[in-house]
Order: sequence, then structure tokens, then C-alpha cells
Amino acid sequence: MFKKIILILITTFTLIVNVHAGSDGEIVLKKNEPSEIKDCSETFNKASFALNQGLDKIIFKPVSSVYRVLPSPIKTGVSNSLNNLSNVVTIPNNILQGDFALAGINSGRFLINTTVGILGLVDVATYLGFNEYVKEDYGQSLASHGVGPGCYLVLPVLGPTTARDTIASLTNFIGGDAWYNVTVKNDTHYFKDIDYYASRVTAGVDFRAKNFDSIENLEKNSLDFYASVKSLYLQDRQQRILNSKKIIETQDDSDWEEIETQ
Amino acid sequence: MKRKLLVSLVIFFSISSVSLSIEPDIFVQSTVNRASKLLGEDITKEEKIKKLKLIAKETVDIKGIGFYTLGAKRKSLNDAEKKKYAELFEEYFLKSFSSRLAEYTNPEIDVTNKDKLNDNYTIVNSVLKATNERPEINIDWRIYTKNPDNPLIRDLIIEGLSLARTQKEEFTSVLNSNDNDIEALFKVLKEFSQN
Repeated sequence: MFKKIILILITTFTLIVNVHAGSDGEIVLKKNEPSEIKDCSETFNKASFALNQGLDKIIFKPVSSVYRVLPSPIKTGVSNSLNNLSNVVTIPNNILQGDFALAGINSGRFLINTTVGILGLVDVATYLGFNEYVKEDYGQSLASHGVGPGCYLVLPVLGPTTARDTIASLTNFIGGDAWYNVTVKNDTHYFKDIDYYASRVTAGVDFRAKNFDSIENLEKNSLDFYASVKSLYLQDRQQRILNSKKIIETQDDSDWEEIETQ
Repeated sequence: MKRKLLVSLVIFFSISSVSLSIEPDIFVQSTVNRASKLLGEDITKEEKIKKLKLIAKETVDIKGIGFYTLGAKRKSLNDAEKKKYAELFEEYFLKSFSSRLAEYTNPEIDVTNKDKLNDNYTIVNSVLKATNERPEINIDWRIYTKNPDNPLIRDLIIEGLSLARTQKEEFTSVLNSNDNDIEALFKVLKEFSQN
């Protein structure tokens, strides 16, 4: 199974990846256009999706339904800590994307929130007027340098992704994620492996709880739930890569212009 | 006398055309207020759904969304198929839209800004206020303003994710897995509305 995943990844990646040095926003936009991203291993993806739905029903949904009714300060604290921890991946990626000023700001944010904010529980930096925090990862950095997404994939447990983003995420395990380095990779005597895995599972529960009603609603009202999740994931990914939430910057409006009903 | 009458008529029509035109942001806020008031009422879920469907019929361009959602396939339909599709889509849309909204009780939405794209479209920005169970959510509305006296909603963009676009890709997937046969989509739409 593992061999098959690796084979699919390597094949799709080498077939579709096309590095464009100095590519502009338009190329990045076109390459990451959701309707252009192929579902090369649909059978495998649908099997993974079914497995993930099963896991969601027996683990994530029940746990997040309890988590979401906890008092707001607890949930906010957990969410803040996870965001603070993600800075250790965001900062190197700010640098990889050439955004040195933002890397500086995020380093300041991380230092303040880890110390004054008690291990990130309180987002003191935002109270001090720092800009809204935006996560970055190695997949986004590759995309910003013109690497195409390759095929759409659904991984068991981990969920939707693309070939590019899966390969890029391996960087986290070869030194690109300081949190992984101090918990799993190196024996620092301060942290254990379980700290890393617990943070990952908590991030999953936090995400599920924040989107609890939306996911339930989507599942209940979709004609094709798999296609809906794929579309939403790829739209979200496209926006993160372009660092834009403006629909007019991420969507081709020509189809709307053709519709004349009034 | 004739000239005076003409001047009066010109003034009357220019005033009435100004007063009839509805600003997209005001249209969204008033629509949201109507829906919010209804959702807060002490009536059964079925009654809420019935009334929400009436609001949707008045304020949403269901036919326009339907044809957008169909993508390139719309160009190959004959008139009879287009008519059938429009009917089935309206039933599907109203059921899906109203049952999604009926889950919320008294949602508070504030319109914050608007961005005119061209004569046909304005994007209205709004914020759904946070509750204890979910964070604040940004909702943008694509308003079709070709007829300024009767603006209509064509898309909801939640945290940057377009519902119309998602629906379009969902319909494409249904068509792709059924040899691009429109009858298969009709069947799925009918089943959804009847369940």
C-alpha cells in the first residue's frame, strides 16, 4: 500500500511538475486553478475518502462535538497555542518566499506569544497591533516559485492534498519543522514523541470543531460529497498560495458574464 | 403649459428611477434582516423552511445560478431539457438552501463593505458574528445588478470559498461519472428533492 502511494506520488509529480523561475501571479493562479487539477487516482482517492469518513464518524466527530462546547477561553487558548507553534514552519517559508519583513514580524510574534503569552495561550502580539497571522507551508513556497500542484490526492487519515504539497510536507520530517525536530527527531529530554502527535491530533479536532456545522450541512446537502470537499479544498489552497481572499482575484468571471436571465 | 408638463414628467421619472434603484449593500442587509428575524421566530422548522423558500424566490437568481452551475453542458441542452433542468434545479436549490439556513437560530450578520466589479456585479462584504460554538465568518455576496431596481443574489462566498463554484464542480462530477448524460443529473436532482 505504502509503495503504491509513493509510486503514485513520484509518477504524478514528475509528470506534471514544471518549475518556472520568476513566474508571475497569473501563472501561479492558472496552475492552481481547481478545475485544472486532475484527479489521476480517483479510485484510490475515493477509497481513502471513505476510510476518512469512517474515522471521522468514530473518532473526530464525537471528540469535536465535546470539544466545541468547552468554554470559549479554553478553545481560544488551544487554538492560539497551535497557531503559535505553526510559526516554526511559517517563518522559514516566509524566507523561502522572499518575504523577509514578514519573517521578522512572525519571529517577533512567536517570541512575544511564547514568553509573555504563556507558551502561546494568549495572542499578545495581536493585542499589540501585529498584522493578522497567516500560516505558510513548504507546498505554498514551492507553488510561489511556479511548481504546479500535480494530481489531487486524498491520503488516509491526513485527508485532501496534492502531489506537490505531499512531497513538500516531507520537508517537515527532514529538519524543516523545529517542533518535529525537538519532539520526535532529537532526544532533547524536554519533549517526547507524544507531544508532537498530540499537537497534530488536537489541530485536527480544533479544525473539525470550528467547522462542525458547515461539514454536517455540506454532507447532508451535497449531491456528491467527495466532489464538494475536493472543490472547497482546492479553492482554499489556491487562496492560501495567492495570499488572497478576494474571489475576483482567484476566479474567472467569464462564466458569470455569459449567464443572462434578467 | 405643454412645456411645464414635460418638465414635470422628466423630474417625476428621474426622481422615481432614483428611488426605485436599490443599493446592493442595503439589499443584502435587508434580506439578511428578514431571514434572521424569521429564524428567530417561535415557529416550527417546517414553517421556517416554507417562509425561507419565499424569501429565496424573491431575492436569489435561482435560474441564473442553475445555468452557471451546469457549466459548459448548458450549451448543448435543447429548450425542453433547459426547461426541465430549470424546474428541477429550483426545487433542489430551494430545499438545499432552506434546510441549510433553518439550522441556524437568529444569526447576526453585519454588512461591512461593497465593491462594484462592473455594471452587472457588485460584491457585498459581510460578517457573521461569532458564537460560543463557532468563530466569526466572513461572507461575501455576489449581487447581480443588471437591473438596479431588482438586484439578485448569485453567489455566497464564505471565507473566500464560492458556493456556486463548489456546486458547479459537484454537478460536473455527477455528469462525468455518468457519461455526461443530462438525464442522470435530472435523476439525482429529483431524488434529492424527494427525499
